[in-house]
Amino acid sequence: MSDIPTAEELIKINHNPPATDWMDTPVNIRKGMYCYASNPKSVAYLGLPNARKWNPLDDDWKLPENWQQILHEGFKERLERFRTFKVYMDICVRCGACADKCHFFIGTGDPKNMPVLRAELLRSVYRNDFTTAGKVLGKIAGARELTLDVLKEWWYYLFQCTECRRCSVFCPYGIDTAEITIMGRELLNLIGLNIDWIATPVANCFRTGNHLGIQPHAFKDMLDFFVEDIEEVTGIDLEVSYQKKGADILFITPSGDVFADPGTYTCMGYMILFDYLKKEYGLDVTWSTYASEGGNFGFFTSHETMKRLNAKMYAEAERLGVKWILGGECGHMWRVVTQYMDTMNGPANFLEEPVSPITGTKFENTKSTKMVHIVEFTADLIKHGKLNLDKSRNDHLNITFHDSCNTARGMGMLDEPRYIINNVCNNFHEMPANTIREQTFCCGSGSGLNAGEDMELRMCGGLPRAHAVKHVHEKYGVNSLACICALDRAVFPDLMDYWVPGVEVTGLHEMVANALVFPGECKRTTDLRGEPLLGMEDEADE
Amino acid sequence: MNVKYMFSLMAVVFLFLFSYLGAEVAGLKVLFGIIIPYVAILIFVAGFVSRMMDWAASAVPFAIPTTCGQQSSLPWIKQNRIDNPSTKTGVIIRMLLEILCFRSLFRNTKMKIHQGQKISYKLEIWLWVSALAFHWAFLVVLVRHLRFFTEPIPGFVKFLEFMDGFFKIEFVDSFMQIGLPGIFMSGLVLLAAVSFLLVRRIMVPQVKYISLAADFFPLFLIIGITVSGIYMRYVSKVDIVGIKELTMGLATLHPTIPEGISSVFFVHLFFVCSLLVYIPFSKLMHMGGIFLSPTRNMLANTRAFRHVNPWNYPVKTHTYEEYEDEFREKMIDAGLPVDKKE
Amino acid sequence: MNDKSKIIAGLVIFFIIFAFPIWYNMFKSKPAPELTLTEKAKAAKECVRSKEYMTKNHMQLLDVWRDKVVRHDTRVYVNTEGKEFKMSLSNTCLDCHSNKAEFCDKCHDYASVQPYCWDCHIDNPKEKNDGKQ
Repeated sequence: MSDIPTAEELIKINHNPPATDWMDTPVNIRKGMYCYASNPKSVAYLGLPNARKWNPLDDDWKLPENWQQILHEGFKERLERFRTFKVYMDICVRCGACADKCHFFIGTGDPKNMPVLRAELLRSVYRNDFTTAGKVLGKIAGARELTLDVLKEWWYYLFQCTECRRCSVFCPYGIDTAEITIMGRELLNLIGLNIDWIATPVANCFRTGNHLGIQPHAFKDMLDFFVEDIEEVTGIDLEVSYQKKGADILFITPSGDVFADPGTYTCMGYMILFDYLKKEYGLDVTWSTYASEGGNFGFFTSHETMKRLNAKMYAEAERLGVKWILGGECGHMWRVVTQYMDTMNGPANFLEEPVSPITGTKFENTKSTKMVHIVEFTADLIKHGKLNLDKSRNDHLNITFHDSCNTARGMGMLDEPRYIINNVCNNFHEMPANTIREQTFCCGSGSGLNAGEDMELRMCGGLPRAHAVKHVHEKYGVNSLACICALDRAVFPDLMDYWVPGVEVTGLHEMVANALVFPGECKRTTDLRGEPLLGMEDEADE
Repeated sequence: MNVKYMFSLMAVVFLFLFSYLGAEVAGLKVLFGIIIPYVAILIFVAGFVSRMMDWAASAVPFAIPTTCGQQSSLPWIKQNRIDNPSTKTGVIIRMLLEILCFRSLFRNTKMKIHQGQKISYKLEIWLWVSALAFHWAFLVVLVRHLRFFTEPIPGFVKFLEFMDGFFKIEFVDSFMQIGLPGIFMSGLVLLAAVSFLLVRRIMVPQVKYISLAADFFPLFLIIGITVSGIYMRYVSKVDIVGIKELTMGLATLHPTIPEGISSVFFVHLFFVCSLLVYIPFSKLMHMGGIFLSPTRNMLANTRAFRHVNPWNYPVKTHTYEEYEDEFREKMIDAGLPVDKKE
Repeated sequence: MNDKSKIIAGLVIFFIIFAFPIWYNMFKSKPAPELTLTEKAKAAKECVRSKEYMTKNHMQLLDVWRDKVVRHDTRVYVNTEGKEFKMSLSNTCLDCHSNKAEFCDKCHDYASVQPYCWDCHIDNPKEKNDGKQ
């Protein structure tokens, strides 16, 4: 992160637009603000169009000769297939309510990061190609031709949107920029314009079942490491079940939890919880290496790619003959599961309507998808007193909670995580009201933008979230940012180091596991990370 | 100077001159009083229907409501039934609040960075207030105008007039006389609100930057309608009975042009016709579009009930068999269960 | 599709409301009311001002009269031609236009105007004498 401006410099943001009209301001593709172009091998592996090596900084993007025609036809097809797209192209009144709601506009001041203008990038071409006024009046009607410069502008700004939907909450017509970005990215994919941080994980996921390309044996190795770590810290001896036919529940979580700190501790949290439930209540949960990815970067490519990756979940559940699926803590995975999965790959009639075998609770709200969120599952367990929890074991943490965009605005899971937090720790402080729940701010790195090369963009986009954390850090001494998204866990450590040093990042189930008291367990002196518990500093050293 | 609003202003000035000169100088009263109004209404109706049906023709493949509150999940967690509606009633209430009260706009905040230190997001109510005032005042003015299109005048119109003129503002002086005919608040509120929206569009740098000529044109046009109406009622005075004769002629399909109607009336009428014609081809279609916005009008019960995509097609997936074929040996070595053992 | 029928239903409702004036009036032409003048008014030929001025501005004229009489104790009105009149609704206006129902109310009702003259003034002091011929 040495080559990006310091936090003091970066926050000096000018939100006033330039003197030149936006149509006359050419795009400047700037280092640190974009992600590298996709690796042709990944694109080819997926069978997506125009696999070739290219560089966004080059003049020549090596496009197919008839790229304008491809995009025009693609545009037309999507207008017919998606009412959202068509209506949102037509009805925006440019009231500007969305402008300062976008974390990228707040963090960069670039007017083309105002949601309305991001959409206008596409609308201007829509008017030119599909409306009479645009065809007759041209520029004064806000229409313009799709030139190479316009295309570059699309690419640059459609990969500066994290599809967080915050603007859609404030729009009087509910215009959803995520939807527009999704369509725009689909169009770009038709001519081979993707970023590698999306294309390669998608190819990996397609082949190995997870984004990181971890092959089955290595996946098992990772979990075996966690088994050892868990035993070391807690003395618990546990076993993980893989691809077990006839198990009660198939568990799927984003692979980020398996691979990257501090998500790994959340993963250990799941494992400890399942082991507890197995020993206490005989719950039979199995993991799959084939469907070892909850997250779905296909969602950031096209609806079709999303469907191709998501299909594994139901396919594996059917093959294993489980009763239902339990999903881990993840953001966009839950947007896909909540609003797309059943429609795309359902109906999952081979599964049963989810019932908690421990509490008998029927998860009525999931009776069609047959997939329960682990936070809902655990909250239900706590409510029924099925977990023996010692809150004080999280006393060294002072928690605030970040609502992930997708679980907030694409699902509405707001109170379940708070219920768990209040039951596993004593120190919890909310961030200011305009930055949480449905108004939550994005981490700034969602929708496949969590690469290394666009760090400046990520720090800009994460500014509003980080500053809300800073507020509670300074006011209440918050030292830990809890979240229920693997991507959050992967990107927040960088963001916190940059804006709010001294705040760590944790998953919810890491805290659950810290607090969970096993019968006859040995005394715990540290948390899962090996950090001493409050008042145990001396004993932990021994 | 900004070419976008100048263009729109000029367009409205042109419409004014066209109709004023047309009625006053050329005396084309049949054209402006009968032919254009009927043509405008036909274009409005046909255009409105075709736009709505055009939207209706597009599929709704996924249920993607923006959830703005707690979901329905465990029975002991209180659901936000309106902002995250899992029932039709909830959706209807959500849509009503959106359409009648501009609920989403009410959430509007203004972001400010204080000395590069703190960021605040304060409630910013004025856009909501002016938008709401504008739309409701417009509706009241519209309904009030039914007095020109009905005989006998229905009670609800009279009641609305009574309410609208409730504050009997009156002021008499040798120079100025205000209050006769009685002041209707709606017209003044409409003019104030539309002016505020215009000033906002020109003065707020970000809003000015995103504005197109198509954003200024309807504002100028509506200002034109409002000002010509207010001018006729309070300043120039017109032969109201003659005007009603003309409008009743339109409404009963027995069109007629009575003598002595001032040209300002024809300007007013022509502005209204221009607006009617403009609606179906512009952003003003948001009045119909808001009903079709899938982030607001869909049920957020997608995990309990399956939404069907009319064009869902099979895709190429990577099956478990293919996966196992590729990794079988490694899986066996690692002790992972496999379907086919070699 | 299911929602297409909903959209059509919505459109139908919208246009039924939009077309309210058409079906409310049942296509029957309803001519504007004719002014009925009393013999006395006919004989006078000219009101205090021209007919055209009176049609558009009588309400303001009356308002000024009231103001002058009640608040400034001025009782004589001199019109543009120098003719003098006593500023009085009951004694000057209603002297000629003694047929309030025919002369005033018809148009006021037609245009939905509710003047408040009659909040204080007696409807028509001379009606019994020569209001009806």
